[in-house]
Amino acid sequence: MAENTNSINTELDYHKKKKKEEMKQQVITFALMIAFTIIAFTMVVSGLDKLFIIPILLVLAIVQVIFQLYYFMHMSHKGHELPAVMMYGGFAVAFLTVLTLLVLVWW
Amino acid sequence: MSHEDILNPKVMPEEPEKATLEGKNKFLGFWFFLGGETVLFASLFGTYLALKNSNNGGPTSEELFGLELVFIMTMLLLTSSLTSVYAMYHMKNNEFKKMQIWLGITVLLGLTFLGLEIYEFYEYIVHDGFTFRSSAFGSAFYTLVGFHGGHVLFGLLWIITLMARNAKRGLNLYNAPKFYIASLYWHFIDVVWVFIFTVVYLMGVI
Repeated sequence: MAENTNSINTELDYHKKKKKEEMKQQVITFALMIAFTIIAFTMVVSGLDKLFIIPILLVLAIVQVIFQLYYFMHMSHKGHELPAVMMYGGFAVAFLTVLTLLVLVWW
Repeated sequence: MSHEDILNPKVMPEEPEKATLEGKNKFLGFWFFLGGETVLFASLFGTYLALKNSNNGGPTSEELFGLELVFIMTMLLLTSSLTSVYAMYHMKNNEFKKMQIWLGITVLLGLTFLGLEIYEFYEYIVHDGFTFRSSAFGSAFYTLVGFHGGHVLFGLLWIITLMARNAKRGLNLYNAPKFYIASLYWHFIDVVWVFIFTVVYLMGVI
């Protein structure tokens, strides 16, 4: 019995430690997201060329969203296959929706 | 073991949000909903992009938007995303009080964000005469940003209700999925905001 409780405790400690490690990663993710945001705003304020800034802004936004989904919303964890299907399905339709509405007013 | 005992284990399982069938179903159903929300917001973004130059002689996006306020709002919402990660961290460690504190901080940050957004709209309407009816640009802008603001309001009410309803109950396997789902919703609000500050505000002033 004593041995049994012991093994439960070590397992708990192990999981607790793992969660703490993950929390550290989350804070690093957060710092990176803050940095991306600051980069995006300073680029716009600095008044560089429009065609140069816009693609970078979009890439920064997409990377931030990936961070948010995979780290903050835990999509990097096991058991997120269906959520991934749903989100990627959503993004695919979202892309087509925006494309359609933009092409409509192109000319 | 009675039903109560099963929902209140002495040691919390690894993933309390998915330990019950109800929790698993909530988890899958909610991600399905988020996939749909993505498409809904995409149609509003597409509409905005298509109409943003139709300003009907009124103010254009360059004349209207200031970046200082948007920067502060972005920082607030991003920070509130981290605080709700902290809340879920404590939820998984079965530390109910700490979870409530971090959720409380999240709510405060969200309320400040909402206050600033209302102030921004007030300035546009009263000082710039830019309303929902000014132009197609106005309608598309208020629909997109206002719909996001509505999501923030709904998320806040949701989290506050959960905190109040479970304040005396403590954490168990019945309400752990509820807290987890609400935090997913809160993160999704930040996902949408990342595109709003990029596409509407930053790309609107260059």
